[in-house]
Amino acid sequence: MRSDRSASAPLGLKIAAIGGLLFLHIPILLIFLYAFTTEEKSYQFPPPGLTLQWFAVTWNRPDVWAALTLSVKVATIATAIALVLGTLCAAAVSQTRFFGRETISLLVILPIALPGIITGIALRSAFSMADIPFSFWTIVLGHATFCIVVVYNNAVARFRRVSGSLIEASMDLGADGFQTFRHIILPNIGTALLAGGMLAFALSFDEVIVTTFTGGQQSTLPIWMLEELIRPRQRPVTNVVAMVVMLVTFLPILAAYYLTRDGDQIAGAGK
Amino acid sequence: MTAAVLFENVSRHFGAVKAVDAVDLEIAAGEFFAMLGPSGSGKTTCLRLMAGFEQPTGGHIEIFGETAEGVPPYRRSVNTVFQDYALFPHLSILDNVAYGLMVKGIGKDERRKAAEDALAMVKLPGYGQRRPGQLSGGQRQRVALARALVNKPKVLLLDEPLGALDLKLREQMQEELKSLQKSLGITFVFVTHDQGEALSMADRIAVFNDGKIQQLGTPEDIYKRPQTRFVADFVGSSNVLSSATCARLGVPAKAASLRPEAIAIGTSWAEQLSLPGTVTARSFLGATNRVSVDCAGEKIIVASPAAMPVPDIGAEVQLAFSRNDLHLMEEA
Repeated sequence: MRSDRSASAPLGLKIAAIGGLLFLHIPILLIFLYAFTTEEKSYQFPPPGLTLQWFAVTWNRPDVWAALTLSVKVATIATAIALVLGTLCAAAVSQTRFFGRETISLLVILPIALPGIITGIALRSAFSMADIPFSFWTIVLGHATFCIVVVYNNAVARFRRVSGSLIEASMDLGADGFQTFRHIILPNIGTALLAGGMLAFALSFDEVIVTTFTGGQQSTLPIWMLEELIRPRQRPVTNVVAMVVMLVTFLPILAAYYLTRDGDQIAGAGK
Repeated sequence: MTAAVLFENVSRHFGAVKAVDAVDLEIAAGEFFAMLGPSGSGKTTCLRLMAGFEQPTGGHIEIFGETAEGVPPYRRSVNTVFQDYALFPHLSILDNVAYGLMVKGIGKDERRKAAEDALAMVKLPGYGQRRPGQLSGGQRQRVALARALVNKPKVLLLDEPLGALDLKLREQMQEELKSLQKSLGITFVFVTHDQGEALSMADRIAVFNDGKIQQLGTPEDIYKRPQTRFVADFVGSSNVLSSATCARLGVPAKAASLRPEAIAIGTSWAEQLSLPGTVTARSFLGATNRVSVDCAGEKIIVASPAAMPVPDIGAEVQLAFSRNDLHLMEEA
């Protein structure tokens, strides 16, 4: 019997919602928890004791630093490539009409829809056929394929909002192509590019599958983690790294979300 | 004297579509010129050819004696007021107005001063710090006007400038545009599908249909002496009398146009022409009553002053009009 018709949700619904949240987040909280455990061989529950020593250990491990540096480098360069190519692609598709436009749009988005393993195998066989040795740059190229998609998707949505008449108005008022890009197009798509760039960076930063296929001997951070899990040695170090990576990638994604939420107000306020 | 805008046999074809087809046009300096026509008639494409957003597929265009084809929009001494105003949403009103001066490299203080003067000219002083999103449609329109005029163009192009405004504001802007044009002495070329707007503002009107100019003349010419059935129909709803009706009136012609307001119901003097008919419909329009009369199978619309008595539907009436108001046309 329900006599109270307040705004409160029924009990069953509340339990379901709490259950869903726990299911999603308990594993992540466990990762955080075991970053502080005193036990280094196995993940026994509850942890026998808590310590901060693994932060110091992690800090002093050169292999962590090597993997982290590599990941940052790869992500930065892949994002830079994606920003240039993705923006150009979006500009072409949204500003002009030509035969096969929709097809090209689809082809650009395809790499992110394809399973990573297909992209990985395709790139690997392409690189071996072209006799390109697997190296830092093959990883960058592999990552750039899906980073372009993220930038393109963000940019193309914003380009559609920048009406063609804005560009014509700028030209009409005496601005050539470069001035129009700098003063009108860039301020209007700037936040979209920033958001796309951040998402691309985050994607590249935790990519495993394509990296396994396109990398040589190098270990990016996620690959390093995977290897650490297989041979247990100072296990909580992995947890510490995971925690840091999560915090570092979470912030740009959150920022990207806020930037694209209402681009009209904040787009290029400065000059 | 050099024409402000000269079109010689200008065409703009998009594949098989002849948006503008062999148009000849000469707009005098200082003129307020209207291009009137239904959508798809080629008037906007003509405007875009002048602005440089389109290049002609044939013919020759001059702007104040200088060849225009091949010259990009940013090197032409014309400016455009866009239909959607196209204000830059990320810039303040002042920066919007000063944009043209900024890209020309004029100093900050000077362009700020010029932009403020331009805003004052369109009666928006002190609005400089606002954003386009904070202004009403009418205000945005004024900003678009100021943004174009601050560059001191030789020709100002206006694409359906009043289309998005409500009736009251539209009438007010019509007057303001006209007085602005007179005081600045700049050639204004504007595109509209509203014949009332064209008639009330323009010095001369070109009526467009199917990519061609149907008739070019003063508003009075266009209104009173339409040369084709299209012009008679489009510029106000003129009656077009068939050759049979013309013959009954004793006027040999293929067709003739007759303005609804030139017809009186019931009274005819000796020197007037008259036609008998039956009233089929009537409606009250405020200043006038619109009465439809069937004259031996030909439907004739009469705009009868509201002060005059209105015959009932089914009444037999005499339509009377002067021979001078009957304008003979070349084509049927």
